[in-house]
Order: sequence, then structure tokens, then C-alpha cells
Amino acid sequence: MKNNISNLIFVGRTKRRRRYILVTSFLALIAFALSWTMLMLGNTIYPVQDVVRVLLGEEVQGASFAVGTIRFPRMVAGVFAGFAFGVGGHIFQTMLRNPLANPNVIGITAGSSAAAVFCIIVLQASNMVVSIASVFGGLATVIVIFLLSKGSSFSIGRLILIGIGIQAMLNAVISYLLLIGKHHDIPTAMRWLSGSLNGANMENLSPLIITVLLFTPIIMALGKQLDMLELGEQAATSLGVDTNKTRLALIVSSVLIISLATASTGPIAFVAFLSGPIAKRLVGVGFSTIIPAGLVGIILVLASDLIGQFAFVARYPVGVITGILGAPYLIYLLIRINRKGDL
Amino acid sequence: MKPTHTFQTEGVTAGYDSQTILQEVSISIPSNKISIIIGANGCGKSTLLKTMARLIKPIAGKVTLDGKPMNKIPPKQLARVLGLLPQSPIVPEGITVGDLVGRGRYPHQTFLKGWSKKDYEAVADAMEMMNITEFAERNIDELSGGQRQRVWIAMALAQQTEILFLDEPTTYLDITYQVEILDLLTDLNRKRGTTIVMVLHDINLSARYADYIFALQKGKLVTAGEPSKVITSKMIEDIFGLQCTVIKDPVSGSPSVVPIGRYHNKMKMYS
Repeated sequence: MKNNISNLIFVGRTKRRRRYILVTSFLALIAFALSWTMLMLGNTIYPVQDVVRVLLGEEVQGASFAVGTIRFPRMVAGVFAGFAFGVGGHIFQTMLRNPLANPNVIGITAGSSAAAVFCIIVLQASNMVVSIASVFGGLATVIVIFLLSKGSSFSIGRLILIGIGIQAMLNAVISYLLLIGKHHDIPTAMRWLSGSLNGANMENLSPLIITVLLFTPIIMALGKQLDMLELGEQAATSLGVDTNKTRLALIVSSVLIISLATASTGPIAFVAFLSGPIAKRLVGVGFSTIIPAGLVGIILVLASDLIGQFAFVARYPVGVITGILGAPYLIYLLIRINRKGDL
Repeated sequence: MKPTHTFQTEGVTAGYDSQTILQEVSISIPSNKISIIIGANGCGKSTLLKTMARLIKPIAGKVTLDGKPMNKIPPKQLARVLGLLPQSPIVPEGITVGDLVGRGRYPHQTFLKGWSKKDYEAVADAMEMMNITEFAERNIDELSGGQRQRVWIAMALAQQTEILFLDEPTTYLDITYQVEILDLLTDLNRKRGTTIVMVLHDINLSARYADYIFALQKGKLVTAGEPSKVITSKMIEDIFGLQCTVIKDPVSGSPSVVPIGRYHNKMKMYS
């Protein structure tokens, strides 16, 4: 009898794991295919073998500049920023148990943007300074939101509303800074308000790449603890999770990667918001959604960038396209929450 | 075979933010027995349980397990000895019953590893004990309140701790399920010797199922002992402010409290 139950659960879990692995591999495959498409497509379409030769460091007439200097950094920016937004957004949504509680909606990306824009326009600082400032901007925003929403008892609903307010304020600051910065034209403004992969170069991307490579293993190692946190503070504690330490480590890691992604590409609208829920729907429940959320982030960014570049007569930055995708989902969520009557 | 533990609070004062609720409570939990904490609303019984389960840090005093202060024991190691079923745990959306019960195995699992054979056995054991094996692969959203409560208790059982705390495990349940859950917990205590400490609202069920009663009033321990010795009409009047008469429960022989309101008072009529 007992063996039967163990067996039943074992079979169920094996089935769910198989689906998880299958979906994750499939997502990785799509992300990979999109990355190659990013390298091949442009004003001139280069065949795979030319792209490979450029990547191997060979000099190819025309392709070396277009692929090596323009398209490759653009693709890398999309991959790392997409991954960072996807993972970071998922961590926040899971930890706070609410899809609205994510860096885009509660103003963390806006905090990073504001700090970055301030450094660029007012201080005319170097890239390094901009990266550091955007991390501090993101962290400071988190701290302010948590302090303001503390009150007599912590409520996630209040945290989200305060976050939305702060985000609006920070966006006003960004708009103001862009207005007083004389040399900055419309495309730059778009970058800091909704995100763009234009003008990415490898030198500026290195802080983002290093941080993502460094912190992803840390976040993954905390995956099980994150699952326990989902059961609520008390259950997690009694299962032996040091909730304060775990939460601090998760917040710091995800804010770091999100802020650096924001410093590189601007806050690509709604990617942090959409990736987690999409990944969860695809892989099912029972296994960690961290990596699938990152892969969905990559796919959203690269696919949206390709659409923005090639689907219309005019070229649109990636954030405009992700914004068009994300807005309906936000409205859907708000309607659903309104029906349930609970933020 | 049955491991014993000493679990004590010494002069524990605790509360939330600026408000102290518990005042210098010192108790010693009898090992391998069922203890029930009773008291009026807001007397601090839940706060006491939470402080003992390290969910609240005491302002003064200490909580010790086998002589060691709780905060000196690594959390995961502690979670293999001491489990708690919180009052309102949160259900992750769309999870299966088996997977949720399996989360109780967290303190036994090592870094990044999947479920071991032992984990599967512990989960099956716990589900069998709580009579929920038929739901193993079902989605928890499909279950009723009473069934869900059994799933949560199974999760705490899968943790295989020798001490188990439960914060009002029967709240919001029909009387049938209340009795069923208390019976199942008694099974656990009699079969495995698990030390059980719980907060219960129902004084008569407490008197029936407890080996030992702790009565709190306004954050202080008023009395402690076996139900037949401590539950008297005077004690009930003291801690609940309720006039009553205590009779012998015809089924269990334990004390049973019959409240006296302003109406329905036959005794007064005859006297």
C-alpha cells in the first residue's frame, strides 16, 4: 500500500520533471535561434557561415563591422538584460507572492534609470560610475519602498501602491532631467523611459555580464528556500529557512542584476513583469522556475527587438514593443484582482 | 525507542513592536505528551506558541531545547527536531498534494539534491496517517477546508520531528473534522511518542485530548497540570470571566465545562 503511494507520487514527479526539462530545453533552443537571427539580420543579411567566421575572429568584408561591432553587442545586451529582468522579476513576484510586485511596477527599474540619467546628464560621469549609481539607485528605491510600507503591520498591497507612486515620481525626475540635458534627443529619452538595445557596446556591457554570471548561481542555490518562502513566513521558518537572511540575499542579488541591466539598456518595459508568469504557465508547478523565467526574458527581449527593427517601416526600440505586449496583461491582472477584491 | 526532549521557557517576555503580550512565562513541556495551551482571546497563547517555535524573538528570557538556547541551534538542524503548523499557511497556486507534503522534507534534504527514497517514504507515511493518499496527485485547490488542513498536518508530519507545535489546527472546521484531526494527532502521539503542543479554542475538546493543560491569562501563566486537576469552575471563571459548572464528560470522563449565561439557568430555578 505504502509503496503504491510513493510510486504514484514518484511517477507524477517524474512526469512533471520531464515536462520541466523539455520546456526549458525548448525555451533555450528558441533563445539560441533568436540570438543567431539577431546576428544574421540587418540591412544586409549574412549567411550562417559568415557569422561563424566573424565570431571566430576572421576578417570578413563588411560582415566584420556589421556583425562584430553592431549586431553582436546588441544581441549580448538583449540576452543578458532579458535574462536579468526575467530572473529578477520572477524572484520579486514569488517572494512577495503577487505578480504586481515586480521591479517594473514598483519602481526599482525607475530608480536605477533615474540614478543613471542623473549621472550621465548632470555629472557627465563615466560608464563605471553610471553602473554603480544605477545599482545604488535600485537598492535605495527598494529600501525606501520597504521603509514606507512598514507601518504597524507589513502589507504587500500597501508596498505595491507605494511602489507605483514612487515609480511615477521617479519617471517625472527622469523626464525633467532629459529636458534640461540639451544634447539628448528623442531616442535617448526613449531608452531611459522604456528601454532600447541601440548603441550597445561590449565595454559598457561588461559590468552586467560579470554580475549576471556571478549572481545567477547564488540565486539558483537559493531556489529551494524561495519555494519554502512561498508557504509564508511562519511555515518557512519552521521548516528551517532563515527567512531574513534568505530574503536579503535574494533581494540584493536580484536588484543588482536588474539595476545593471537597466544601466545598460534602460528599463525594458514589462519584461520583468511578464517573464515569471509566462514561464510558470509553461513549465508547470513543482520545480524551480528561475532559469525558465530568465530564458523567457531573453526570448521576449530578442523577439521584441527583432519585431521593432524589422516589422514596421519605422524602427522602434525594444521597450515600445514589450510595452505593447505587457500593457494588456497588466490590465488583465488588475481586472482579476479587482474581481477578487484583494491586492 | 521514543526519544525524549526537555523543552522549556524561562521568564519569557514577548510581544509585537511596542506591545508586550507575554510576561515572564516559565513553562516546561512534558515530553511525549499532548499539551494544550488555553486562555481567552488575546491572552497570549498564540504568542507563547510562536515564541516557542522561534517565530517571535523574546524580549526577555530564553527558550531552550535540551538545555540549549533555541537561537544557538542552526535553523535546519532545529527543524529536524521541532515542527510547527502555523495558523494560516499559504498555498502555492496549482501545487499537487504530494508535492506540498514533500516540502516538509526540506530540513532533511541537502543542497540542490532531488527527493531521496527516504523522502518518498516519509511523504507516503505522512499521507497515510492523515488519510489523504487518494489525493496524492490532485491539485490542492480542489480540496475542501478539512482535507486541506489534513494536508498541512501531513506536511508537518513529513518533517518527522519529535516535537510538533500546532496553532489552532481545528479553527474553521466542522465539529466532525475537529474531532477527526484531534484523533489523528492522538494517534501520532500514541504510536510515535511525538510531543505535541497546541493552542485550541474549544475548552471541552482541550480537556478531553490534553494530557497536560497550560492556562494563560493576560500574558501570564495561571495554572498548569492535568485537565482533571486544573479545570474547575473557579479557574474557568478566573481566566474566561465566565460563570459555569464543570461536569464529567459522559464519553471520556474528562472535565466538561457547561457555561451559565443569563438565561436557561435551571439550577437557579430549582434553588
